[in-house]
Amino acid sequence: METLSIDTLLEMQRRMLRIRAFDERASKMVKRGHIPGTVHTSIGQEAQVVGATMALSPGDYTTGNHRSHGHPIGMGSPLGPLMAELVGKATGVCKGKGGSLHLADFAVGSLGESGIVGSSIPIAMGAALSASVRGTEQVALAFFGDGAANQGVLYESMNLSGVWNLPVIFLCENNQYALSTPAHTVTSGVIADRAAGFGMPGIRVEDGQDVLAVHDAVSTAVARARAGEGPSLIEVVTYRYNEHSEGLRLGTDYRPADEREAWLKKDPIQLFREHLRSQGVSADELDAMEAEVLAEVDEAVAFTDASPYPDPSVAFDDLYTDTEYAA
Amino acid sequence: MTVMSFLGAIGAAQREAMDADERVIIFGEDVEANVYGTTGAGKTRSDKGDFLQMYGRNRIRNTPISEESMVGAAAGAAMTGLRPIVDLSYSSFLYMAMDQFVNQVAKNRYMFGGQASMPVVFRSAMFYGLNTGAHHSDRPYPMFMNVPGLKIIAPATPTDAKGLLRSAIDSDDPVLTFEACLLWGSKEDVPEEEFWIPLGEARTAREGTDVTVVAISSSVPEAVAAAEALAASEGVSVEVIDPRTLVPLDRDAILRSVHKTGRLVVAEPAHRTCGAAAEISAHVVEEAFGVLKAPIVRVTAPDMQIPFSTALEKQMYPTRHTIEAAIRRVLDLPASAEATELASASAQ
Repeated sequence: METLSIDTLLEMQRRMLRIRAFDERASKMVKRGHIPGTVHTSIGQEAQVVGATMALSPGDYTTGNHRSHGHPIGMGSPLGPLMAELVGKATGVCKGKGGSLHLADFAVGSLGESGIVGSSIPIAMGAALSASVRGTEQVALAFFGDGAANQGVLYESMNLSGVWNLPVIFLCENNQYALSTPAHTVTSGVIADRAAGFGMPGIRVEDGQDVLAVHDAVSTAVARARAGEGPSLIEVVTYRYNEHSEGLRLGTDYRPADEREAWLKKDPIQLFREHLRSQGVSADELDAMEAEVLAEVDEAVAFTDASPYPDPSVAFDDLYTDTEYAA
Repeated sequence: MTVMSFLGAIGAAQREAMDADERVIIFGEDVEANVYGTTGAGKTRSDKGDFLQMYGRNRIRNTPISEESMVGAAAGAAMTGLRPIVDLSYSSFLYMAMDQFVNQVAKNRYMFGGQASMPVVFRSAMFYGLNTGAHHSDRPYPMFMNVPGLKIIAPATPTDAKGLLRSAIDSDDPVLTFEACLLWGSKEDVPEEEFWIPLGEARTAREGTDVTVVAISSSVPEAVAAAEALAASEGVSVEVIDPRTLVPLDRDAILRSVHKTGRLVVAEPAHRTCGAAAEISAHVVEEAFGVLKAPIVRVTAPDMQIPFSTALEKQMYPTRHTIEAAIRRVLDLPASAEATELASASAQ
């Protein structure tokens, strides 16, 4: 495992805290009707998201899924336009046209979250194809869940990226439930083992609550991709603490109470706080970081509140560029 | 000018675009071996070299038979600096990638607030009328007309095939091109130099004053033949409009012609319900009802699957005879004995 600087470790904790604080606020706002529709929070999965995104470099690409806020936050996207998007304001990162399910911030390499399970996987592969054809050192990472692991397009994409030796990482966030359906009841074998069929490494990170373990596995895959050695599949075992989808009032009694309690004891942020303390970081410094992140979320909400709703005419922009021909 | 076939014109447009812009790449099934004659400088692999020899494996790539990932990869590549052309072979295969077309290619620019542009072309051939049975004979462009965010072309001549495809490749929006195999062998003089036919501009295939026929894809030459026959036999003046681009549709050109003639026949090889002919007819009724001297008549494929046997299939698409029968109907001319015999149920 490579030795990370203390600044990098602190940034990991800060980004995990950002995701936690952002999603806890979003969870409250959707229940109070301040956010319309629904949100899918990444609370409990922060180590898996940040361990992956912090293994990437500026210029790299990600695509994601309906559990969508953590990925751009992990890539370093500012919170204000993300929160404004969730509320549907004109200053939203997608001008209020995407919403929680379709965040994208191209400025940080976030090429878009997809509400269709598995649908964004080949988009990441295409970004990797682009990097390969253009001869850059960029890599692309596709986030998807255990549910998407049973979509055919994943295997088409693993095959084609293997054939073309593309710099792409397929990262399965196995939070063990596709809504209410336990992954093991609909998944034959081990997801990571499926990589063998495509001649690529398949790594299973058993402790997805350990940000360093995730970071190590993804860093290895990124280095491999950047060196021109092709794609990898990584399965990270983690757990979502909240409902599948907040704001919809779905049934929540499909998971055993003691199971959730056990995972709550493996809170990735608390675990990493203890690790940082063991590295000599003071409790005061970590408390101050938590306060700063909460203030950041307050600012994002204030930015959102101060922002106007989009003019209705904006609904009719952005379908086409209408840039026709070069002649 | 030089004589080019429809397929040769497509190959010429692809070659010019590959030469002009290194961001243009081509991938798809069987593109390396130039089996269709659109990825080589000549008709065959050995004739003047193929694109693989000319541009190398980085820009010409065979794919596995994996339409969903091919279309998604093209979208991702288009969002990050390339301008891919994807050869999907038969248009019936587009259904395999429906999620990527509808949910990613068509929606990403809009739903991400304009952060993405999607400069990508999806080529596919409509193999109808060639005894390939129900799985290869589809004419699915109307389904895609119902998906905002896609642009759609259906050229009917070699010149249009070259000029429209070049505009499609150079467009920053996703374009699907539907190429009728019945037209592949058609030939005409085509400019050898680069030219661009703007998307969204109809072509007047034949000028006339008594009735307008809007015809699509392989129905265009059939409509022109019907017009010539009626000019000779009845002295009727038929105007034939080829929209060429279905999205965006040149509605103004169609309305201008209907204002001139007061009568409209719409002919296309797609199914009847919710087809391009239905959209064109509805638009003309909404915007030009007052100038219509007769009800609009559509000549389409019936809402029926395509059978294999020649004896069964040949009646399914518009022909010069069914189009002639429709023109006679809107002009209140007596049906010709021959047309009555040959007109299929598709004109009803």
